[in-house]
This record gives sequence, C-alpha cells and structure tokens, in this order.
Amino acid sequence: MAVLEILRYPDARLKREAVAVEHFDSALQAFIADLEETMRAGPGGIGIAAPQVDCLQRIVLIDLRGLRKPVPNHGRVVLINPEITTWEGMAVGREGCMSVPDYTGNVIRAERITLTACDAEGVTQQYDFSGYEARAVQHELDHLDGLLFLDRLVSRHRDLFRRKVYQEPPPAK
Amino acid sequence: MKQWYMLTLVGEDRAGIVAAVTRELFNCGSNLGEAAMVRLGGNFSVMLMVEYGGDPELLQQALSGVIERFSLNLHLMQISGELHHHLEPNLQLTVYGADRTGIVAEVTAALAENGFHILDMRTDVAGSSSEPIYVMQIEGFCSLGVAELLPRLKAAAAQQVEIALREIDLMIG
Ligand SMILES: [Zn+2]
Repeated sequence: MAVLEILRYPDARLKREAVAVEHFDSALQAFIADLEETMRAGPGGIGIAAPQVDCLQRIVLIDLRGLRKPVPNHGRVVLINPEITTWEGMAVGREGCMSVPDYTGNVIRAERITLTACDAEGVTQQYDFSGYEARAVQHELDHLDGLLFLDRLVSRHRDLFRRKVYQEPPPAK
Repeated sequence: MKQWYMLTLVGEDRAGIVAAVTRELFNCGSNLGEAAMVRLGGNFSVMLMVEYGGDPELLQQALSGVIERFSLNLHLMQISGELHHHLEPNLQLTVYGADRTGIVAEVTAALAENGFHILDMRTDVAGSSSEPIYVMQIEGFCSLGVAELLPRLKAAAAQQVEIALREIDLMIG
C-alpha cells in the first residue's frame, strides 16, 4: 500500500472526464487500497475520487465514520461506475477539497440521492444517501466528470435575504 | 523589494471603477492579492491587497488619473501581507429585527466576551424607509458550540431581535 500524490488545481488533469471501470481484478483491489490510504492521510479524510490521484477511472471512496461530529453514514463505501438515479431537496453547504487547498465556498447540493454503483467485486448495489453523506458523494462524483466545487460556487452572502431581486442591479463593474 | 499595501477606495458608485483601477494597477507592475468590493448605501467601496516593488508615491501617482475621473477617495497603507492562511469559520450568525441603534454593539460585545472571532460580517438596512429592518450576517470562529453560545447572545440582545446561530459543517472531499 502507498499514499498517492494528490493533484492540486490548477493541474489540468483534474478537469478531465474519467472512464468506466471494466476489469474488477487484483490491480483494481490494489489501487482501491492505495486510494483509501491516501484518503485517510488527507486533511478531509472522508472521501476521495480516483482522478484526484491521476487515475482516470470512475472510482470513488467515502467513509464518514471518522468525523469529529458523527453523522448517519454507510461506513466505508466503494462506488465504482456510480450513477445517481434520483435527487431530492436542495441545501447550501460549505465545501473544501484536498485538490484546492486554502479555499472553501458555498455549494448547493441535493439533500437526498439514490445511486447505483458497482462494489469492488463488480456487483451492482443501490444506495440511499442523505445529508452530509449525500454532499460528500456528490462532491466526489463531480471529480469523475472533471468538476470541482469551484465550478458550483454560490454567493456567501446573498443566500438568505436577497433571493428575489426586486430592483434592477446597477451595471456590472 | 516587493511590499504589500492595503488600498482602500471610496466614492459614488459608477460602472467601470473596478476595471479602471485594476487596469492601472496592472500597468504599473503591481500584483493583486485578496480584495472585497461592496456597495454601501449606494457608495462604492473596495479594499484591495496590492503588492508593489517601487516607491508607494509612484503607485499613488499611477492611480491619480482614475481617482480624479471617478472622484474617489484613496487610502494606501503598508501592511504585512499574508496569503494562503485563511481561517475557517465554524459558526454562522444571522441577526435581524426592526432597525434600532445598539443592535450591532450589543451582539458583537457578546460575541467578543465569548471569544468569538469575527471573520466576515455584512449588515444591511432593508425593509422600507418608514419601517426599516436591520439584517446582520456574521461568520466566525468560536470554541463554544451553538447550545452554549446562542442563549448568551439572546440574553445580550435585550430587545426584540431574531437570532439564528448555525454550525458551518465544512466538508472537505
Ligand atoms: Zn474534492
């Protein structure tokens, strides 16, 4: 096992789309073990996607059991070739990313999602994620499509009281 | 040697100020750090971290044309610039109520007494001129949790204001 190097934006490799996993072989198992070790060594430690370590495959790992403030979760989950099938609700949350040091921002995510994905053995599984875990899954799935939370930033200030604009804003600066 | 300055500009809000100022700063070889622009009561205001290697007099001179054109008030001071060390807020506070003197002083005094470090604050007067409402949004860091801090804030704000305090559960993925 090894801790892999995490790519950091502006590394262009983070903006590529990953391809589906086809072979559920021993090389895949070894990579998942390395990915897990890398995730646990990182500042977040709760989720990681393969493109973050320069592996262009649709593999995501999450494990929220180590959170300081416990939240409901499925434990350690390997999501391979994941597809979100249903979305429900929307909520603003603060996100950061191991690939974007020293910056956090508000992002809107679905509050509940249903997802199908293969496990490490290639067996299709279905999951219901909600709350913090759903946010983490959506963040990691974005990495598979070359998206960062920076691509989804919303205002830090105007989310509560100024949702409706009654007046024309002044011309752009 | 390069030196950081805090450049503050205030004036009547007009389109094109930011573009004109940053163009001059670029032309004279300075580098921008963090910046915040806000429109307060129809006034333009901006604070910019500017890194410059020459005599600060020359920097002021470089801006003199744009200052005159937009009738801006300029303030330039030498600072010790520190990038890549953002502090992360863990609490988000919203206070609103009928506009009256003292709201900010009462609430922020209670925050200071409880070791709350304000990292970001926006206050607005909304509503109508006959019935103004005051809206304050604060983010900061405090070692106390919501359950401990919120009752203290409510006790400090003697009169009728609505106070909401939420944890910012940052997710790093
Ligand atoms: Zn990430």
